[in-house]
Amino acid sequence: MERFDAIVVGAGPAGSSAALTLARKGFSTLLVERGRSPGVKGMFGGRIYSWALQDLLPDWAKDCPVERYVVRENMVFLTEDASLGISFDSTKLGQGRAASFTAVRAKFDGWLAKKAQDAGATLVTGIRVDDLWKEDGHVRGVMVAPNDRVGADVVVIAEGATSILTRAAGLKADLEPREVSVGVKETIELPAETIQERFGLGEKEGAAFVFAGQSSLGLRGGGFLYTNQSTISLGLVVSSEDLSRKKVEIQEVQNRFRLHPAVQRWIRGGKVVEYSAHLVPELGAGMMPRLWGDGVLVAGDAAGFLINNGYTFRGVDLAIASGIAAGEAANAARSAGSMRAANLAAYDRFLRASNVLTDLERFRRAPLYMKNERLFDVYPRMLMEIAERLYTVDGSGQQRLVDAVLEQAASADVPKLKMLLDLLQGARSM
Amino acid sequence: MRIIVCIKQVPKAQELQVDPVTQTLKRVGVPSEINPPDANALEIALTLKDRHPAEVVVLSMGPTSFDESLERAVAMGADRSVLLTDRILGGSDTVPTAYALSETIQKIGGYDLILTGEETTDASTGHVGPGIAGHLDLPQITYVSEVRIVDNTVRARRTAEDGTEWWQTNMPSLCTVNFGCNKPRSPTLTGKIRVKRGGVIVHWSCADVGIDPKKVGLLNSPTIVAKVDTIRLPPRAGRIFSGDAKESVRALLDALIRDRVVAP
Amino acid sequence: MTDGHVLEDKSHFRGVWVFLEGRAGGLRDVSTQLIGEGRRLADLRGTPLTGILPGHGVDALAERAIGFGLDRVIVVDDPMLEIYRSRPYAQVMAQLVRRQKPEIVLFGASKNGRDLGGRLHAILETGLAADCVKFDIDADGNLDMIRPSFGGKSLAHILCKKHRPQMASVRRNVFVAPPHNPDRRGEIVHERVELSPQDLDAKLLEFDEFTKEGGLRPEEADIVVSGGYGLGDPKNFQLLQDLADRLGGAIAASRKAVDSGWVPKTLQVGQTGMTVRPKLYIAVGISGAVQHLAGMQESDKILVINIDPKAPLFEIADYGIVGDLFEVLPEMIRQLDALKGGGVAGQPALPAEAR
Ligand SMILES: Cc1cc2nc3c(=O)[nH]c(=O)nc-3n(C[C@H](O)[C@H](O)[C@H](O)COP(=O)(O)OP(=O)(O)OC[C@H]3O[C@@H](n4cnc5c(N)ncnc54)[C@H](O)[C@@H]3O)c2cc1C
Ligand SMILES: Cc1cc2nc3c(=O)[nH]c(=O)nc-3n(C[C@H](O)[C@H](O)[C@H](O)COP(=O)(O)OP(=O)(O)OC[C@H]3O[C@@H](n4cnc5c(N)ncnc54)[C@H](O)[C@@H]3O)c2cc1C
Ligand SMILES: Nc1ncnc2c1ncn2[C@@H]1O[C@H](COP(=O)(O)O)[C@@H](O)[C@H]1O
Repeated sequence: MERFDAIVVGAGPAGSSAALTLARKGFSTLLVERGRSPGVKGMFGGRIYSWALQDLLPDWAKDCPVERYVVRENMVFLTEDASLGISFDSTKLGQGRAASFTAVRAKFDGWLAKKAQDAGATLVTGIRVDDLWKEDGHVRGVMVAPNDRVGADVVVIAEGATSILTRAAGLKADLEPREVSVGVKETIELPAETIQERFGLGEKEGAAFVFAGQSSLGLRGGGFLYTNQSTISLGLVVSSEDLSRKKVEIQEVQNRFRLHPAVQRWIRGGKVVEYSAHLVPELGAGMMPRLWGDGVLVAGDAAGFLINNGYTFRGVDLAIASGIAAGEAANAARSAGSMRAANLAAYDRFLRASNVLTDLERFRRAPLYMKNERLFDVYPRMLMEIAERLYTVDGSGQQRLVDAVLEQAASADVPKLKMLLDLLQGARSM
Repeated sequence: MRIIVCIKQVPKAQELQVDPVTQTLKRVGVPSEINPPDANALEIALTLKDRHPAEVVVLSMGPTSFDESLERAVAMGADRSVLLTDRILGGSDTVPTAYALSETIQKIGGYDLILTGEETTDASTGHVGPGIAGHLDLPQITYVSEVRIVDNTVRARRTAEDGTEWWQTNMPSLCTVNFGCNKPRSPTLTGKIRVKRGGVIVHWSCADVGIDPKKVGLLNSPTIVAKVDTIRLPPRAGRIFSGDAKESVRALLDALIRDRVVAP
Repeated sequence: MTDGHVLEDKSHFRGVWVFLEGRAGGLRDVSTQLIGEGRRLADLRGTPLTGILPGHGVDALAERAIGFGLDRVIVVDDPMLEIYRSRPYAQVMAQLVRRQKPEIVLFGASKNGRDLGGRLHAILETGLAADCVKFDIDADGNLDMIRPSFGGKSLAHILCKKHRPQMASVRRNVFVAPPHNPDRRGEIVHERVELSPQDLDAKLLEFDEFTKEGGLRPEEADIVVSGGYGLGDPKNFQLLQDLADRLGGAIAASRKAVDSGWVPKTLQVGQTGMTVRPKLYIAVGISGAVQHLAGMQESDKILVINIDPKAPLFEIADYGIVGDLFEVLPEMIRQLDALKGGGVAGQPALPAEAR
């Protein structure tokens, strides 16, 4: 039977980072990916915060397939026919460890997996691991078919949001609809020059947008837009609970979103070349499985490591950081003599060292706060109407800002006290 | 028991394209696959290996790009593979191909059963299998869908012109396998790891095998392709109806009757 | 002997041979078709046409074969040749060729014809072109062997310039069988070939004959309704039959439907099945692989019913319906019945102008 010191399931950012770390520590490492090549099955909005990559590969910028470095952040509130945007531009944005960039998943994942291979990991693609091989609850390897199993001292589960192995490992129960959102993304082709002109960007510069309000038809969720070299990633993340409750198809939401004038202006003339959909774990720290067991660790989306606080959407950086931490934990456990859960518990320490768990815990409330529907429906509308009053000069008498706000608040259906609470709660969780 | 399966890598069926200039098959940049009947032959070998102690050796003759298919064969469960690869083999027709494969089979040695596909999708002659049997002077059973090993003999079910036949021969013998007679298995994780670990493919040149250079290659092939005509099929009307079944059937029958293809 | 060697002088190779296959006391249809084409080639070359008939007790058959246009038949009579077996038959052919040096040897591209040709060409080390559909003689007197290539997308001209004999197998039903003339006289020559019991290296344990259903055969029908893997289940062939009955047609199938065991092998259309040329070929749930096209693309009119608008068969369709066969076929049957019965009550079956 084939054996490795470590097996990593899933060659996404978490898996490849874990495999790279393990291989560097001298583990014979097998990295298994079900797609024909890394990244073909994956999808994501398109922005990566680079700090974790910096830890993993200090030289990353040399050959990392970066599309554009984000130099402008935008937050846009939408109603049916209007939009209100805040744009943040700073030369400080995107410097050093705070740099973030847009990327195309197939290229980025391929690149990262190649780094793991270069470090000595064995990458096998086109195989889906269906089960863990366990003895008395201790994970001994992976299983594809009864006569197709491969042994290892430790298995790192990095399968992404729809992990089946965390369940097989007994670390987690089935996903519930309230724990996941559905993400969709379209890749829209436009010439690089058009993108630069339209968004006012330099050659390697990029812009990031988050959309709130009517972008998701008032359902909990939001939209995003990222500029790549010569494509735009446009998509949405919407609560699957709301989708099924309101009986709306995510495609429908995306179609309406795409047609919104405030979106159209950016993508005009572009051609949709790709469409994909994917689940997003949504409860952050609230939905985490147990992160380790005998002979097993969980990293990345499979562990629920995702932060969506309304203005940043972080998954890949946490995936990479947790991959590194998993590798470190396995190494520490090996030094401690075995891959028993007690030794692998060092994972917690490594996760905290890179602030993964701490950040997740800090935003623990964010997903709950995001559940407040008023945020997606009532308040954006209010804001818009205030703006309308302020900017309407038609000779009928212009309003003062204070008056506009107060009048608008008074006419809303939401009691003032509740509004105040929402505001406070928002400030705390974000 | 040693089973040798001859496989060829061919352009994927849907991708068959003829270069308009050279009138030859486009091979570069076209996705390839194991010639489909050869995959069925391999599946027969692997099924036999599931039931009997056996070594399955996969053999191919062609450029090193064929490694891709040989690797797939090993990932599916073959034990090892041999690629006969040499510039001087280029342009060989079925006579040198059968000769060169026969010589290579003899170099591998110790064989009990040789399997080939019924024919390839690119050359579609079906001559190489019987040709090998002729060279090696082995019993042959062509167009088989099932092979059993019973008391050290080979029993095979053959699809003949007028019926199915069960034949029996001593070993070693050669069978050519029908396309579609089984469902070739998928590569396994263990198999793919074996491929990654390396050493599952050996490359032999004609000199390694002892193949007479004067008997192979384009110049030593009895047949040549003098020219290729593109088939000009009669133009077709191409009236395609879609949508509601009732409406499209109505429109279709209307057209068929009007064109006097069917009588009303 | 000349095996495997390039010939400087080919002049002592003369005559056209056709390998004859018997079937139920008569000749297989491809063999009579071969005699017709062989006759033409022999006349072009100004040489005699010889039929080769290995077997046991086949003199009467040899006699009959002459009537199709042979000058002579070489019979090799041996109990060991009672049924077709690769090794003894190849042995016989190789020895005859070495003795008599024919210029051209033709086989039917039947299972046995290909089995034999493939083995023989390797033993003789000479050229063999498979599945030919046309022949010519080129300016140098070589046989121009024309066969589909690249999966049927083009025709390749194969020449065997330096080796003899020039050998080819011939696709069934592309040449027309000549009429039988019982008065034609020819020579029957008996040749002996040494065979030993060791040559019987394969034993036939069982033979299970395909039963050809009564009914109309697809080769003979004006309308063929052919079903593919899209039918999903053998019982759905009844739908095809129902449609065929209304149109006075016969049913046929793709290889994938045959291989799935849904219908008998004798109904398979395509490169490795039969070639049909009906007035109307209706392909239902068939994607249109080149191997299938080989058997039906010369139909007068082609009607394609497929749920997938991208099915390759639509490219050569005269008529087509993009739709689910389980909706389209019953509807067709209904409307055809309505036409016959003069229309469903109150609703004309066809728009007025079609009548
Ligand atoms: C619409 C959308 C937009 C997003 N936008 C952003 C963004 O802008 N920035 C950001 O940082 N994050 C974003 N994310 C989140 C980010 O994509 C994930 O957090 C990140 O990809 C997690 O990495 P991972 O390695 O844990 O999992 P994945 O990237 O999902 O990788 C898992 C890999 O494992 C493979 N796999 C799964 N199961 C098996 C199995 N059984 N056997 C073998 N292989 C298997 C998969 O094919 C896949 O390659 C977004 C997500 C979505 C859905
Ligand atoms: C050496 C060799 C020889 C071969 N010889 C032959 C031969 O002689 N004859 C032959 O036919 N093939 C032959 N083949 C096989 C050929 O390559 C194809 O595999 C075969 O023809 C496919 O059969 P199919 O079209 O029925 O099946 P598929 O390719 O699976 O197509 C099924 C079709 O049904 C359609 N469909 C599914 N459901 C429905 C529905 N509800 N309503 C309408 N449409 C539906 C699908 O869209 C699809 O187009 C040969 C292959 C090889 C390698
Ligand atoms: N180059 C090759 N290498 C290995 N096997 C081959 C090769 N060419 C043909 N074969 C085998 O011979 C069979 C018949 O091929 P062909 O005569 O080309 O139709 C194929 O199905 C293969 O099994």
